[in-house]
Amino acid sequence: MSLFAASSPAVPFPVLTALVLVPLIGAVLTAIGSRHRPEITKLVALVSSVVTAGMSLWLLAEFDSHEGGFQLVSKHSWIDSWGIGWHLGVDGISLFLVVLTGVLFPLVIVGCDPHHDEKPYLAWLLLLEAGVMGSFLSLDLVLFFLFFEIVLVPMYFLIGGWGYDQRVYAATKFFLYTMVGSALMLVGIVTTALLARDDLGRLTFDLVEIAEGSNFAASTGRWLFFAFAIAFAVKVPLFPLHTWLPDAHTQAPTAGSVILAGVLLKLGTYGLLRFGVYLFPEAAVWSREVFLTLAVIGIIWGAIAATMQSDLKRLVAYSSVAHLGFIVLGTFAFTSEAISGGVMQMVNHGVSTGALFLLVGMIYERRHTRQISELKGLQKVAPIFAAAFMVVMLSSIGVPGLNGFVGEFLVLIGSFSTARWWVVIGATGVILAALYLLWAYQRVFHGEPDEANSSFRELRLREGAVLFPFIALIVFCGVYPKPMLDRIEPSVKSLLERVEEKTDFVVPVSDHSGHGEEGEG
Amino acid sequence: MLDLLWLIPALPLAGFVIILLFGRLLGEPKAGYLATAMVAGSFVVAAGVFFDLLNNPEEERHHVQSLFSWMPVGSLKVDLAFLADPLSITMVLFVTGIGSLIHLYATGYMHGDPKFSKFFLYLNLFVFSMLMLVMGENLLVTFLGWEGVGTCSYFLISFWHTRESAATAGKKAFVTNRVGDWGVMMGMFLAFGAAGTLSYEGINHAAEEGIISGVTATAIALMLFIGACGKSAQLPLYIWLPDAMEGPTPVSALIHAATMVTAGVFLMTRVNPVIEVAYDWAPTLIAIVGVATALFAATIAVAQNDIKKVLAYSTVSQLGFMFLAVGSGAYVAAIFHMVTHAFFKALLFLGSGSVIHGMHHEQDMRKMGALRLLMPITALTFIVGWLAIAGVPPFAGFWSKDEILLYAFAKSPILYVVGMITALLTAYYMTRQVIMVFFGEARWHDQSDEHGAHGDFKPHESPATMWMPLVVLAGLSIVGGAMQLPFSKDLHFLEKWLHPVVEFGEADIKGTWAYDNKYVLLGIAIVVALSGIAASVLVHGKKKVAAIEPQVLADGWHYDSAISRFMGGPGRKSFDAVAWTDRVVVDGAVNGVGRVVRTTGSFVRRAQTGAVRNYAAGVGLGVVALLVWFFLRGVVL
Repeated sequence: MSLFAASSPAVPFPVLTALVLVPLIGAVLTAIGSRHRPEITKLVALVSSVVTAGMSLWLLAEFDSHEGGFQLVSKHSWIDSWGIGWHLGVDGISLFLVVLTGVLFPLVIVGCDPHHDEKPYLAWLLLLEAGVMGSFLSLDLVLFFLFFEIVLVPMYFLIGGWGYDQRVYAATKFFLYTMVGSALMLVGIVTTALLARDDLGRLTFDLVEIAEGSNFAASTGRWLFFAFAIAFAVKVPLFPLHTWLPDAHTQAPTAGSVILAGVLLKLGTYGLLRFGVYLFPEAAVWSREVFLTLAVIGIIWGAIAATMQSDLKRLVAYSSVAHLGFIVLGTFAFTSEAISGGVMQMVNHGVSTGALFLLVGMIYERRHTRQISELKGLQKVAPIFAAAFMVVMLSSIGVPGLNGFVGEFLVLIGSFSTARWWVVIGATGVILAALYLLWAYQRVFHGEPDEANSSFRELRLREGAVLFPFIALIVFCGVYPKPMLDRIEPSVKSLLERVEEKTDFVVPVSDHSGHGEEGEG
Repeated sequence: MLDLLWLIPALPLAGFVIILLFGRLLGEPKAGYLATAMVAGSFVVAAGVFFDLLNNPEEERHHVQSLFSWMPVGSLKVDLAFLADPLSITMVLFVTGIGSLIHLYATGYMHGDPKFSKFFLYLNLFVFSMLMLVMGENLLVTFLGWEGVGTCSYFLISFWHTRESAATAGKKAFVTNRVGDWGVMMGMFLAFGAAGTLSYEGINHAAEEGIISGVTATAIALMLFIGACGKSAQLPLYIWLPDAMEGPTPVSALIHAATMVTAGVFLMTRVNPVIEVAYDWAPTLIAIVGVATALFAATIAVAQNDIKKVLAYSTVSQLGFMFLAVGSGAYVAAIFHMVTHAFFKALLFLGSGSVIHGMHHEQDMRKMGALRLLMPITALTFIVGWLAIAGVPPFAGFWSKDEILLYAFAKSPILYVVGMITALLTAYYMTRQVIMVFFGEARWHDQSDEHGAHGDFKPHESPATMWMPLVVLAGLSIVGGAMQLPFSKDLHFLEKWLHPVVEFGEADIKGTWAYDNKYVLLGIAIVVALSGIAASVLVHGKKKVAAIEPQVLADGWHYDSAISRFMGGPGRKSFDAVAWTDRVVVDGAVNGVGRVVRTTGSFVRRAQTGAVRNYAAGVGLGVVALLVWFFLRGVVL
């Protein structure tokens, strides 16, 4: 398992550290900037998020696609006596989530208008970005926990400060719900480190060291796994822990919703892979049927609930519950195709649902309502807007040729060998996805616009410019997902090798493809 | 030309991109001509590929062109690759050939529509998707096209989206097709699990070698068949097709008659070795579903008054014939009928479009009559189409339908009898339609007042761009049967051409009673067709016998309305129940916990809103402080 050993050549520029620090510094600068010069504040925020995005793209270029372990590692000790360190690293599982985070924030800053108190709004957004980046990059349990928690704070204030009518209720619910999960995780982290000390001979919170060196008894590992898994299950959210999501999404300002759907939910699915499966493979395999079942229930339940929503934003929120179900299904299927598909789906869902929330936000800006029944015939008055919505919607439905299909398809075909009946049921989710989205589209965009909707404004240039990268990604990743998959797969493979090594689970290898060059090694 | 295979789908895709970017600039009619030229260009390339293949020896008529690796993960290796073989090129030729005729027709039909260029945008995208579907080297590329044509079908059915019925029909088509797509996906997963590949070559090879057999083969065949039932409008999933007539008529001709709806038959033919090694009841089931659909739809067509609805149910019925062929192991006959049907059904739909155009968007046949006098070309070509579908020799439909019934007889005389009854009904309802539209007295004079908005109402012949395709298709409907004539082995051109693709699955009927007496069956077919026509003339022409058109047939046996009632009633209620449970029970439990905590401890009360805010701020500040300290330490170290 040397793949996971954090040994990296001296990196000339600590890009991972910079990815966390630049938005953090931006947040501080924005917060202390002058209230009377809003354009400077905005510029500072924009520059720091664009620089972060640039660095994340640079990271993408630097990333070695043949390497399954952590790359560009940045490791410094912090509190030696407790074994806590500044340990950052990126692998194929986190790479695209980092890039997505980097790209999403500047788009949101440009594309969404907070309407009031822009300065603190921007500061919170940048702090959020730093937190998310840190969460995806941390390879130290305490460090991860800190970032994971820090994310809650700006999100709480964004919902509570810039949200809609019921924002306080939604923000509180979001905060308390995820806090309860986090509390369990904190207990889990501390216990894990203390127990691992017996195997390692010293106290450390380093993820890689614990994973490589510790050897938990099965029952211990399962308890610890659940302490982590519940926190992540809330974050995903996994049925039946999902009800904070529709409230938070609906009440959050557009930027909050985009970020929430785009990257925050992925902290849950990412966490399940990184801190669930990687750290406690035995427990993950042992409990897989529970997760598979909850995932499939989530797919169907979320889709049905989405169908019956009268609020467009709530509908999209429930669709997230369904889409995230696919990711969890893929995670616990333990095949290379399924997990790679799940990771791909994390990014794809971020892109397409993020874009959907942007579009719903634009509708609200124009009509000051999200009620489906109050919207009608928009395609006639705003055909370009409708076309953009259509492409994003088709991606969300999972039409081949667009990105949404690739992830979903890989999850399903990969899970079929190890979780057949779950797939048979879960795949009906694609029927329901067409139902709720097309039905909503028909009610909102088709028909003859009534008086209130006949002056609906067409897509503006700036809005189009914000949406363009989303649509370009939707098409590109659907037509040519290979570059992404090439980078994701080696890390997924080494994760699975670890699962096979630590448990008696056998990842099925198709024995028909004789010409495959990578047999079981 | 084989190396230019990629150009076949690339041209319509280029047309799509150009119209997407410059559609408004091009406007009418240039956008339409561009789109037509692109599809015609594909046809020319396809013809070149066809002759290249023809010049190869039979076993080398198989060319794969891989563009790039599409989804390579684990043991899944899927390329975006095209396959040129007799089956795919046959499909490509008639898709692009008929497609370009219909494109040309549409430049006339869509004249004056404010969304003229958008129509051709969708139409070119459709042809591109359809070509991906038939040229796919593996199931996944076919699935890309499969979903693509479904999406374009959705766009085009609801093309006039301000009309509520059009919007609903489009949605219904998409969602119903998705039910079938679930089956296709399951079929793909099973095939991948069993054969370790999604390429047709690999899957069919695995079936031929016995790697896939028995229960797996049966499951794959039936799952793909579910998909075929959706796309090709078979029982129980046919309900979307009659509604799809809400789309502009060229769309009905191209997508909902000639090309897209035959995709299911194509898919079945593609995987014929898998069906061959499945349990015997699997093909039998396919044959039964096919013949049942054929009969069922024909009975409904008898009582329709909308000119396009008759043709829509007729299409469902004819597709049933093709599945009867598939289930009987008559793949050549299935493809034969698919091609001839594409000729005459496209002709009939375009003819009906010409009538609708000439009648100022009137579709009710009860308000037509005697139109042959005012629309001679339309009437004449429509009559050719009618004779072809009714099964009158020597028109194309006669030969292909007869071949199917021959194989059906060899499989089971019951299938044959039901098929014959359907053929009788087909001759009957098509004659009824021709009489109602083109013969008898002119009933549209009576309606002229109601059409006051149109001024003085007088039907007129359509422009040349519209009638020229009609003439070409009429010609093809007359001579199309020459592809495969029953008289001598030397005349089985299509069979020889398709032989390498279907040799494993094609049933051998030599030595059966049906084969030895095929001329008797030919005779019976002629008698049946003529009796159907005669009966219809008696009823609708001479009015000697009262028509039997019970309301239940006009209502399609209430099948569609029963489904709608279920979806609107119990279906919706159960969805509501889930949403209610989610809100009241699942979320209620969460809020309940919160409430219990709040009422039990006074200290927790402070954790409500205001306190949480402080807490959040505390967490935030704490973490930031820790980080700052850390960095100071880090820098110092």
